[in-house]
Amino acid sequence: MGSNRTMLLIAPAVLIIGIFMLIPMFIAVAYSFMTANPYGGVTPPATFDAYVQFLFQRDFDDSLVYSPDYIFIILRSVYLAAATTVVCLVLGLPVAWYIVCQTERRRQALLFFITLPFWINTLIRTYCWILILRDEGIANNLLRQLGIIAQPLPLLYHDGSILLGLIYTFLPFMVLPIYSTLERIDPRLIEAAYDLYADRIAVFRRVIWPLAKPGALAGASLVFAPALGSFLAPDLLGGGKKLLIGSLIQMQFTSSRNWPFGAALSTVIAVSILLVLMLRARRSGRQESRA
Amino acid sequence: MSSAAKPFDWRYTPGLALLTAAILAFLYAPLLILVAYAFNSSRMVTIWSGFSLRWFVQVANNGDIRGTAVNSLIIAVAATIASTIIATMGALALERGNLSFGRGLVTGLIAMPLVVPEIVVAITTLIFFSSLGMHYGLLNLIIAHTVFCIPFALLPIQARLRGMGGTLEEAGRDLYADEWRLFRRITLPLLAPAIAAGAIMAFVVSLDDFLISMMVSSAGSTTLPVYVYGMMRLGVTPEVNAISTILLVVSLIFVAAALLLGRRYQRSV
Repeated sequence: MGSNRTMLLIAPAVLIIGIFMLIPMFIAVAYSFMTANPYGGVTPPATFDAYVQFLFQRDFDDSLVYSPDYIFIILRSVYLAAATTVVCLVLGLPVAWYIVCQTERRRQALLFFITLPFWINTLIRTYCWILILRDEGIANNLLRQLGIIAQPLPLLYHDGSILLGLIYTFLPFMVLPIYSTLERIDPRLIEAAYDLYADRIAVFRRVIWPLAKPGALAGASLVFAPALGSFLAPDLLGGGKKLLIGSLIQMQFTSSRNWPFGAALSTVIAVSILLVLMLRARRSGRQESRA
Repeated sequence: MSSAAKPFDWRYTPGLALLTAAILAFLYAPLLILVAYAFNSSRMVTIWSGFSLRWFVQVANNGDIRGTAVNSLIIAVAATIASTIIATMGALALERGNLSFGRGLVTGLIAMPLVVPEIVVAITTLIFFSSLGMHYGLLNLIIAHTVFCIPFALLPIQARLRGMGGTLEEAGRDLYADEWRLFRRITLPLLAPAIAAGAIMAFVVSLDDFLISMMVSSAGSTTLPVYVYGMMRLGVTPEVNAISTILLVVSLIFVAAALLLGRRYQRSV
């Protein structure tokens, strides 16, 4: 195939994603330096107000007052996304190893069932947990019938329920990349380690974990990035009161009508995620060139 | 310890089977609970009072649900057709073409919808349409959906092109077939199952999208998930359980079909 024909074939994909995704991101960055229009959208005078708002609030007399509310929301989002990543890693690594150790037929079946939830609507998967956790939900009813509690426990609307929802949503993202790196392990390496009197723990630490690490890193970024920007778990399971960055951004375009601040928040998320991805790409590139 | 019999059966680690079973239960039990409640005849959602289809009948008779479901289908079909054609062309260029420079850049650009958090995609798309004054209802949504469907459609097609290698195409070229005949007679028939799998994936991803649709849709172009979200915010009702169950089953059927299709042609290579 000639290079002209190649260009023609790749052009639609590049143009569509370039025009409707890449350019909008630059427009959003521009919007973050504009003044908010109270009816939605932005108006001309260019300012840094949206970024100042991260740390300061404008008082009635137009003076800036230090207010860390938004920084706390950002820190809480980072903390919950990190906690989600750690739990998914702790649960996903042994499951991936278990799948690797099975026969080919069972591997395929297990992978199928781990992958399937990824394709089910996140809205519905998140809603299921409301059915389980709410005051009249299945968990509280069960505990009441067993006589363990008299009053329903407040299982919904706090960081714990958000975390549960995030883990539930993103766990498959961790298992698959770890599986695909572990699958390539040469069994002779493990047998050699056992022959040299390594116990299970030593084999894990010295053989399996070093080989699983690239997959774990890939899985960690696949879990952390979307968890950081998630909207549904904080909105439905956090009751919309416990804000995370995702729901804070969404609010700026609906009830708060502060488009520049919303654009500034998403610029910050997008840039930090791109930086992490670039660092990872550079590191894996260096490892490959060393190998 | 009876380890003398089999000292290094490293394929067996105690407790892992139990953990994996627990994880699978964790993944599927909530969905089963939802489906069970959808068939519960009681209006009090969590008290079981017998099997009933009345909530499905009620959902089917709800004009808003029907209207938004039609919107969702129009968007999904249009976005699937557009993204599958674009993705097929792109996959051919990436796997068979001669992309001398910018290969990494192109791959990165196409993967962008998978990497950038959904909320960022949603609000940047909203800003883009509003800055251009584009208010074309369903068309805005079709464009937005086509963008994020492209990588999902592309993945199975690209994998298939890589898997089947170029030998058959080379044989055709040796027999003086021109590029178009080569594509019609050899590449396309071999690629068809992967294109079908990619199209199904794009369809499901479009049908299930919530966040981007919510930010981009306007009064007349609400999609079904956006409408169902509005119902959920008002509280847990049997109707929500029924419509959620319908959406769940539709996704499951399509994805199972795509995954099985994918596995069949992988084996046939």
